[in-house]
Amino acid sequence: MKLILATIKPFKLEEVREALTSIGVRGMMVTEIKGFGSQSGHTEIYRGAEYAVNFVPKIKLEIVVSADMAEQVVETIVKTAKTGKIGDGKIFVLDVASAVRVRTGETDADAI
Amino acid sequence: MSLFKSLIPATALIALPSLALAQDAAPGFDEIGPYIMTTLLFLVGGFLVFWMAAGFAMLEAGLVRSKNVTMQLTKNVALFSLAAVMYWLVGFNLMYPGDFNGYLAFNFVPTVLEPVGLAAADASLDYASVASDFFFQLMFVAATASIVSGALAERIKLWPFLIFVIVLTGFMYPITGSWQWGGGWLSELGFSDFAGSTVVHSVGGWAALAGAIVLGPRLGKYKDGRVNPMPGSNLALATLGTFILWLGWFGFNGGSQLAAGTVGDITDVGRIFANTNMAAASGALVALVLTQLLYKKVDLTMVLNGALAGLVSITAEPLAPSLFGSLLIGGIGGLIVVVAVPMLDKIKIDDVVGAIPVHLIAGIWGTIAVAFSGSATIGAQITGILAYGAFTFVVSLAFWLILKAVMGIRVSEEAEIQGLDTTELGMDAYDIVK
Repeated sequence: MKLILATIKPFKLEEVREALTSIGVRGMMVTEIKGFGSQSGHTEIYRGAEYAVNFVPKIKLEIVVSADMAEQVVETIVKTAKTGKIGDGKIFVLDVASAVRVRTGETDADAI
Repeated sequence: MSLFKSLIPATALIALPSLALAQDAAPGFDEIGPYIMTTLLFLVGGFLVFWMAAGFAMLEAGLVRSKNVTMQLTKNVALFSLAAVMYWLVGFNLMYPGDFNGYLAFNFVPTVLEPVGLAAADASLDYASVASDFFFQLMFVAATASIVSGALAERIKLWPFLIFVIVLTGFMYPITGSWQWGGGWLSELGFSDFAGSTVVHSVGGWAALAGAIVLGPRLGKYKDGRVNPMPGSNLALATLGTFILWLGWFGFNGGSQLAAGTVGDITDVGRIFANTNMAAASGALVALVLTQLLYKKVDLTMVLNGALAGLVSITAEPLAPSLFGSLLIGGIGGLIVVVAVPMLDKIKIDDVVGAIPVHLIAGIWGTIAVAFSGSATIGAQITGILAYGAFTFVVSLAFWLILKAVMGIRVSEEAEIQGLDTTELGMDAYDIVK
């Protein structure tokens, strides 16, 4: 099993969700986050004074899938979340040691 | 249409003789009509100006950070209530003493209303009821105090602020008010301020400026030569507050006609409403366009301030100008806001809601603009502006310094960072998580 941890632009969430469910992803965790990467921050003006916005709003997705599906999930996210402009996000893939479904007690592949 | 209209009084007249016989000594409607109309103007105007207290409360609640909202609302309801009591206790009679020396009336007596069921023969038929006049005038002093609370938000202690409100509403405002509206030396001089660009708004602005200087800026507002904006908690509330103030202003300026019993008077009230509205719209539009040009993005908080500055600008003379004149006067108010807000930041005077640009600087502009309408000389206007400025600023500065020395006016550093709502009141405005 793999954990796919992806950050994307907030307005892309719905598109990414649709694309992922259409390839058979059956669940995901979504969090509103702030952060910075190579996009860094930008400046805004409030009542005539400029100020730095150091952290940019992003959406974080956490998706656990079987190892053989991971590559397809990553490709799908890249395809749908990409705008070509700076700040499109990053994707990390991690190994998952085990999984349990709380309701039934099923484990690992059966639990996802 | 005109025939139909004239038929109604004719039939009414036929029914009248029997009525007139029953109360032959009572004055006819021609005599009491103006009294009733003017009293009604004060009552309607008064409750519109009362509603401005809600406008100030919402505007300020929206422009402070969420950790200080409960405190800001508390100050607003407390200052209004204190103003109401102080104006009864001394303010009204100090401000409208009748005959006095023109500078200070030693008339420290509470307001007394007419007896219940006043007979027409005992009423001042050339004016309005005392109660309606008192009610209307007291709403103005409350507006003055609201101006101060916005500028000093997020760092001043509750009780020293309220003590200052007592002094401002019971004594300072009524004394300077008597110079002009009470028939004092400035009205003798020919100074003209129809509804209070100077008498109300600049007075609040001067008191706020003195307070902001003594109190100092919010922690972290000016650091390493930079201005750190502290965006407001709720711009929907700030916008609602601005529209409420805009609505209340029709009573503020329209009611200040102080008469509604003739065709001329009630037509003037209508004229004032239309001019007041135009100045607000034009102030908002100028701020809208200027922030787009200067900052590449429209700043809603400046647009809201622009509308209010337009309103303050037209307040000194909302009757004489044409609609186009009102557009110009209000538009310059909007310009003043966009220029003055960053200017105050440059000299490190931290005015949380923009009260000083809106009420003081636009108030001065509006008072000067009266001279352009030909309602007063520029000399008289400048004398008035300087007299109100000198008295209110110096006396306010003295009181703020005394309060600072005696009890301290600023919350602790820790309380300011954590927010006044939890540290001073133990009550959050937005209790979402729990």
